[in-house]
Amino acid sequence: MDIDALLRDFGELTVTGLAQGAIYALFALGYTLVYGVLRLINFAHSEVFMVGTFAAVLTWRAFGLDQNSPVPPAAEAAGYLLVALVVAMLAAGLTALVVERVAYRPLRRRNAPVLAFLITAIGASVVLSEAAGVLTRRQVQPTPSLVRSTTVVQFGSTRVTTLQIVLVATALVMMAGLDLFVHRTRLGRGIRAVAQNPEVATLMGVNRDRVIRLVFLLGGLMAGVAALLYDLKIGNPKYNVGFDLGVKAFAAAVLGGIGNLRGALLGGLLLGVVENYGAALFGSNYINAVAFVVLVLALMFRPTGLLGESLGRARA
Amino acid sequence: MKWAVAAVCVALAYLLPALRLPALTTPEPDWATLLFVVAVYVLLALGLNVVVGFAGLLDLGYVGFFAVGAYSVALLTSPNSGVPAGWPWLAALPVAIVVTMLSGVLLGWPTLRLRGDYLAIVTLGFAEIIRVVASDPTSVFKGDRGISDIPHPAPFLRHADGTPVFGVTDARPYYWLTLTLVIVVVFAARNLDRSRVGRSWVAIREDEDAAEAMGVPTFRFKLWAFAIGAAVGGLSGSLYAGTQGFINSASFELLFSILILAGVVMGGSGNLPGAILGGVLIAYLPERLRGIRAPAWLGGQDLFEWRYLMFGLVIILIMLFRPQGVIPSRRRALELKDRDG
Repeated sequence: MDIDALLRDFGELTVTGLAQGAIYALFALGYTLVYGVLRLINFAHSEVFMVGTFAAVLTWRAFGLDQNSPVPPAAEAAGYLLVALVVAMLAAGLTALVVERVAYRPLRRRNAPVLAFLITAIGASVVLSEAAGVLTRRQVQPTPSLVRSTTVVQFGSTRVTTLQIVLVATALVMMAGLDLFVHRTRLGRGIRAVAQNPEVATLMGVNRDRVIRLVFLLGGLMAGVAALLYDLKIGNPKYNVGFDLGVKAFAAAVLGGIGNLRGALLGGLLLGVVENYGAALFGSNYINAVAFVVLVLALMFRPTGLLGESLGRARA
Repeated sequence: MKWAVAAVCVALAYLLPALRLPALTTPEPDWATLLFVVAVYVLLALGLNVVVGFAGLLDLGYVGFFAVGAYSVALLTSPNSGVPAGWPWLAALPVAIVVTMLSGVLLGWPTLRLRGDYLAIVTLGFAEIIRVVASDPTSVFKGDRGISDIPHPAPFLRHADGTPVFGVTDARPYYWLTLTLVIVVVFAARNLDRSRVGRSWVAIREDEDAAEAMGVPTFRFKLWAFAIGAAVGGLSGSLYAGTQGFINSASFELLFSILILAGVVMGGSGNLPGAILGGVLIAYLPERLRGIRAPAWLGGQDLFEWRYLMFGLVIILIMLFRPQGVIPSRRRALELKDRDG
């Protein structure tokens, strides 16, 4: 127990935790959306994220950037980031759609038991991550540095870097956009209707299959954003990058209340911050253990997560 | 008739090490070692089947119990574990099983009141916590360096020339020991399934609220399923530790639990022959690919490198064509048919 370290670096830990939490939050959206509509854990979502991280790195490589290239000027870097963002989102979104087509839709037609979906999703996850592993010979994919991490704001001893601001701001903007989409558009109303009651929604003329595809696509797009942020913050993805992070993101979704969009944001940011505090207290080896202990404690007192499960129950 | 078939199967299983068909064996590990690994996976699949198949509780962290069993034995028996016990393996085995069972109860007590999907993430977290604690090099589990010199089972059993039966070169005794335990577990699980406990599990699995309303103490029976599953996991872990003589934190990856779960569901969740088949599939298929070269247009790598890729494809295909598993439980199949109609 190193309480001194926690108190000394409290601000620093909070800021870095929020930046990490932004990635968890965007990643968690995919789990939450699919769970809200299908009541199933989309195990392959971690690989959707992995595809996104690889897509961004490959895009940069196509521009001739590698880990040794100097940091480009801001305007140029912004261009590279934007292109990589679009490519990563498209690649991840497409992967999510393929997963739905291969691992979910055929079983839905056959009225299969719930466990069967979980296992095909696990199968799809294994196939995707192993295919990436075989193709890359299990090497890390080096990422160029595009954003120079400069301190912009300083409160006392706490420094906030450009990169951290970009991370959290992107997560908030994406979140707000998705929230608006789900709560203010026709398609979003369809999603909420199916989440609330699939049979009645179908009777009311909602195309359930299309809603499910849309939900997978949205989750994939968000995972693509999370993937780009990951490349910026941590970088050097490997074929198994999705697994550990996916477990955390899923935990974040459950912590906030699975099926609840705002819950995913809250759960992600909270998990990022809390595990940072935990790492300071108990040593960085225990970072994952802290995250899960917090999750179990939270579930004991709020069995449906902090904000409750409410993709369907939200107001019109 | 049914008993005769079972007896023949058991006899064949015991004779398997002598049956070195080139189509079945692999260059590495040798046939007997492979059989031992398969038997341990079958044992794990049987244990998980009690939790997932019988009681319908989604446990994604089963490897945690395997680890608890293995580490209990390692700490109690190994001379360089930091715990000055130095027991023989046979004495440590029951303690390890009880410890694992208790860990199952301890995990189940707060979490089994949660709904199914939450249970999944909590069990996943449990396995991860065990792995994280075990991989701390400063802890008693020594992280990657692990615990070595774990004694083999029954050192007093010796061949005529004085070499121990449970040695390092011959894996057959370990296989036979594991197979015997598999048979014991199969009998126990079969009897449980057909008892009042088993019927309560079915009721809980199908509709927990209705079961509760009918007077089934659901929490208590769920806890039992968890504890029994954990005990079998601990037993497998103890066997593994006693055979390898060495364990470290790398032996207990999360992916391992997910593989076993895939095996149980693929084979036919809730059905003993199905669970056994599932255990065999997940252990045998990846090893079988070792030493086969991929064709040149695929890069010419050893297919062992591709084992999990192919394995994932097999999982998807099996589930798409047989969502109930390869050998589904007859009772479950009837229930599902009933539900559709």
